Amino acid sequence: MAIEKILKDDASEEKGERARMASFVGAIAITDLVKTTLGPKGMDKILQSTGRGREVTVTNDGATILKSLHIDNPAAKVLIDISKVQDDEVGDGTTSVVVLAGELLREAEKLVAAKIHPMTIISGYRMAAECARNALLQRVVDNKENEEKFKADLMKIAMTTLSSKILSQDKEHFAQLAVDAVLRLKGSTNLEAIQIIKKPGGSLKDSFLDEGFILDKKIGLGQPKRIENAKILVANTAMDTDKVKIYGARVRVDSMSKVAEIEGAEKEKMREKVQKIIAHGINCFVNRQLIYNFPEELFADAGILAIEHADFDGIERLALVTGGEIASTFDNPESVKLGHCKLIEEIMIGEDKLIHFSGVEMGQACTIVLRGASHHVLDEAERSLHDALCVLSQTVNDTRILLGGGWPEMVMAKEVDELARKTPGKKSHAIEAFSRALVAIPTIIADNAGLDSADLVAQLRAEHHQEGCNAGIDVISGSVGDMAELGISESFKVKQAVLLSATEAAEMILRVDEIITCAPRKREDRM
Amino acid sequence: MALAFDEFGRPFIIIKEQEQKTRLRGIEAQKANISAGKAVARILRTSLGPKGMDKILQSPDADVTITNDGATILEQMDVDNQIAKLMVELSRSQDYEIGDGTTGVVVMAGALLEQAEWLLERGIHPIRIAEGYEMASRIAVEHLERIARTFDFGPTNIEPLVQTCMTTLSSKIVNRCKRLFAEISVKAVLSVADLERKDVNLDLIKVEGKVGGKLEDTELIYGITVDKDMSHPQMPKQIEDAKIAILTCPFEPPKPKTKHKVEIDTVEKFQTLRLQEQKYFDDMVQKCKDVGATLVICQWGFDDEANHLLMHHNLPAVRWVGGVELELIAIATGGRIVPRFQELTPEKLGRAGLVREKSFGTTKDKMLYIEHCANSRAVTIFIRGGNKMVIEETKRSIHDALCVARNLIRNNSIVYGGGSAEISCSIAVEAAADKYPGVEQYAIRAFADALDSVPMALAENSGLQPIETLSAVKSQQIKDNNPYFGIDCNDVGTNDMREQNVFETLIGKQQQILLATQVVKMILKIDDVISPSDY
Repeated sequence: MAIEKILKDDASEEKGERARMASFVGAIAITDLVKTTLGPKGMDKILQSTGRGREVTVTNDGATILKSLHIDNPAAKVLIDISKVQDDEVGDGTTSVVVLAGELLREAEKLVAAKIHPMTIISGYRMAAECARNALLQRVVDNKENEEKFKADLMKIAMTTLSSKILSQDKEHFAQLAVDAVLRLKGSTNLEAIQIIKKPGGSLKDSFLDEGFILDKKIGLGQPKRIENAKILVANTAMDTDKVKIYGARVRVDSMSKVAEIEGAEKEKMREKVQKIIAHGINCFVNRQLIYNFPEELFADAGILAIEHADFDGIERLALVTGGEIASTFDNPESVKLGHCKLIEEIMIGEDKLIHFSGVEMGQACTIVLRGASHHVLDEAERSLHDALCVLSQTVNDTRILLGGGWPEMVMAKEVDELARKTPGKKSHAIEAFSRALVAIPTIIADNAGLDSADLVAQLRAEHHQEGCNAGIDVISGSVGDMAELGISESFKVKQAVLLSATEAAEMILRVDEIITCAPRKREDRM
Repeated sequence: MALAFDEFGRPFIIIKEQEQKTRLRGIEAQKANISAGKAVARILRTSLGPKGMDKILQSPDADVTITNDGATILEQMDVDNQIAKLMVELSRSQDYEIGDGTTGVVVMAGALLEQAEWLLERGIHPIRIAEGYEMASRIAVEHLERIARTFDFGPTNIEPLVQTCMTTLSSKIVNRCKRLFAEISVKAVLSVADLERKDVNLDLIKVEGKVGGKLEDTELIYGITVDKDMSHPQMPKQIEDAKIAILTCPFEPPKPKTKHKVEIDTVEKFQTLRLQEQKYFDDMVQKCKDVGATLVICQWGFDDEANHLLMHHNLPAVRWVGGVELELIAIATGGRIVPRFQELTPEKLGRAGLVREKSFGTTKDKMLYIEHCANSRAVTIFIRGGNKMVIEETKRSIHDALCVARNLIRNNSIVYGGGSAEISCSIAVEAAADKYPGVEQYAIRAFADALDSVPMALAENSGLQPIETLSAVKSQQIKDNNPYFGIDCNDVGTNDMREQNVFETLIGKQQQILLATQVVKMILKIDDVISPSDY
């Protein structure tokens, strides 16, 4: 029993070995959780939300799984955080980063048990990470100059990324979609210009890339369904009765007739506004806010297509692709930039009517329409496609690529092993452990595919002793294969981010020797 | 309340008295207080030095903080004991005053308390102990001044400053790239420093962090970053030679403070009101345009209409900028904050060479960079890192480094680190003790022993034999009469801190000793603790 209680009642404090154990256990538990989703034969998870409706998500995207977990263990939180950042920064590799960090900690646990100081382990890990990064840098392939080859590279990367997802059945189809979409961006990483619309029905194969822009809205009644050479005014304005914005103003009347007069004035005001809008010489008007029946009728009379309640993203994107500006005042029609497109028409996808803008000014934009059997499939498909798009857009900027299928890990492990042999002192144990953690990734990929991992990894290691070896795990045939021939590639940027943030996270958790938990804030029982 | 002792000699409570208030008196009160203080010090002890460990702190809302900054640990620890709270205050005041050495000061106070306990057991009166400590601390501070070195640095020769910052940073998680961070901190401080007055306003340095990227991507920006984007998606993303109007009034019709009503009862009134409203917006935008502004930064929001008008007049604008940031922007660009459109004049505009929007990663995160400002005295340190906790910890580390650099500009005296200053003081105090007649002599000697505990903790954390290492270093110091020998934490192979380039600021060290002594004196003087019992 402690002498004096310093902390508050429910607060707890764990020290030294126990604290370290708590964080190791937490981190490794998280790793084991997502481990089985790694690789082309990784399994999916069902996540059920605690919210109303008990919504179900089926996914094998590491970041999505971890995001939905309610975790109490602080070390586990660090891992979740790195996976989230990986998702934000490069979009893919969210599972790998957690698995690598977990494996590093698993190795560190053994070293700590062997009485090696955590600080020594950290400095060993740092050296190893630096060495591994250099090893990768030496082996990168850069096909920036050769456009044909580069496109093939992108294709390979997209296929590799997609092969571990639900889309793997149609990966070629989707890889083509993703590469086409990203190449249209011409080097910008602005994924906003790529719109993804999900429509249940049909099969995944029916998904397609559309060069125009699709707005998930209906055309107002009695308005033209097809407009050629459209001039579009994109607006964000209230199309109900305008509020009087001067503070404190209020209407005060003393008779019914006055009410009617003011109502008339209001109507007149609206009519004027609509006239002003029409005076822009447009034939399509898209508003972010509601359009009331009265102005809608006026637009219909003028033969103008009026679309109401397009959400903010939709408006911004539409303005971007048609080259118009988002207008809120309509007094100077000559200086407002209108958007243009060749053709607006109503199209049917499945059972829904959508508005399709084709021949838009900015060729960068495009829409990918996903079709699939259920909402869950579509959601997962969107996540997978998003991963692929992110990776591709990053690769367009940083064109260095590597082979995949556990090849980079083996290359790094080999270099790190060599470094371990050269390093004097206790650090070499840590460096060796780092290389073991790296090898764990191909091992897990093989395990998940139901292969004999021990055999395969040993074989790989032997192969990698030759210079310039391209060997990796070929999950399909269940043997060691030439990754260059199989066309399995990964982006260097993703691998580097995985390596660095995993090391950083492991380091952070290793440095901890005490956990102090404050008393949880008392919440009212909502039940 | 009755006390007994377990096999480790720690007292524990057997019976709780059925009183309304629990009360501790006399020697018991002092012992209880001392043990509470010691317990706090024990928590921080392992965080000291370059090989110190971190702590995970989980807040009441289950947010995780990972740190080894003494002040942060104590602040978030949810301490309940009164004496422990004093220790928390102690570390906080070191943080406010100096910014660094927050762990050291608590460890020092803990050691002093430990020594005091021993003296109390021998029957020395607490006041005598307190007086002895006071004398000893005076000796130590004077001695520090004697062994301190001053060094010269200037805007061109920043090496000594960088070295000192590196010492501070070496105990943090960022020690992998401490050189980079030390340079960034020193450059930041120098660019805002007033070398004439020898003062630095740290408010001018903004530390901003964003997850993603590597620690190495951290950069120093001679200007301001604002975590905002242009109010209209189609406004230009880059403005050169910007003239900035800094407004604290919204782009909305004014809201007079006095209560009023505008009553509308006829159609004419309704229409005039509407016209007036439109005129308001036009006027506001026109005013900004008239004075020649090319960028409007506003503390408040805009109406959609105003937003479009601004866009229309080719006047990019940023909305919802926080008050602190607004002030920094004003300082950096040399502009004035304008509270009313009527007061907008060309002289009040701020100037910046380049304003640009930059986006990060795959999400739609955007930030606004305001660079090449007219008055480059405001700078921003922009931290990148693998995850949120690393960034938070880096922010704290940078803060420490900034404080150290500032202290050096205020007073360019340094002492050598690695525990060498403490050992040297300990020797000096020990020697001085013999000259004092009376009981205080014992207290002074105890103070010397307490000083040894800092290098001892350093050695312990570095995995060295604490007593062996300390005695070796101490004898070396006495033999060579050289106060530069300290603990070789990083296994470099030499004990000479001059060669290892481990410096600390003189005022930081002095403050540590003075503050620790003060708090310990205060704790020793308490002889009665009355606290209401729990329900």
